[in-house]
Amino acid sequence: MGYLIHYSTIFFLFLGCFFILSGSVGLIKLPDVFSRIHAAGLIDTLGTGFIILSLIIHSGFSLLSLKLLLIPLFILFTSPISGHAISLFAHESGYKPKAKLKR
Amino acid sequence: MIFFLALTILGLSILFCIYRAVKGPTPFDRILSISSIGTIMALGIAIHGFAFNRPDFVDIALMYILLNFLGTIAILKFYKMKGKKKV
Repeated sequence: MGYLIHYSTIFFLFLGCFFILSGSVGLIKLPDVFSRIHAAGLIDTLGTGFIILSLIIHSGFSLLSLKLLLIPLFILFTSPISGHAISLFAHESGYKPKAKLKR
Repeated sequence: MIFFLALTILGLSILFCIYRAVKGPTPFDRILSISSIGTIMALGIAIHGFAFNRPDFVDIALMYILLNFLGTIAILKFYKMKGKKKV
């Protein structure tokens, strides 16, 4: 049982780090603002989710893991709002997405 | 030991976000990448708390995530909405 906790912590930690790395690489490679919001969302949801999951498994059943559960809950609420606000104000300021709409 | 390796990977991804923050042509790229830097730093603080057996760092990370969101929305207030009424 002990080694299961240890290895699952390591596995989820590096899975979260992989998604954060891929999100930040996507932040560089994607062409314009509106597609980069997807990469930022990737960091917010998957990266945070897996890393917090690994920390919860590591800290076991305690008050600390309850506090850890709050982090993805708040990010679940705030990340879409900030992404939407950025895209709304970017669109209002005149930046149009490069992707062409196929009517 | 594992936590320090994870911290270095987070540091590397922060470097990528800093590159986008510096290079970003539009100001919204900068806002977006700084918001991502804030989220990644909050996770780094949480991992750092676990690495040095300091469980109270989780509260700091929690507060930092909320403040980071507030900062993003506060910066966006400087842009006026042409069509709709002032937000």
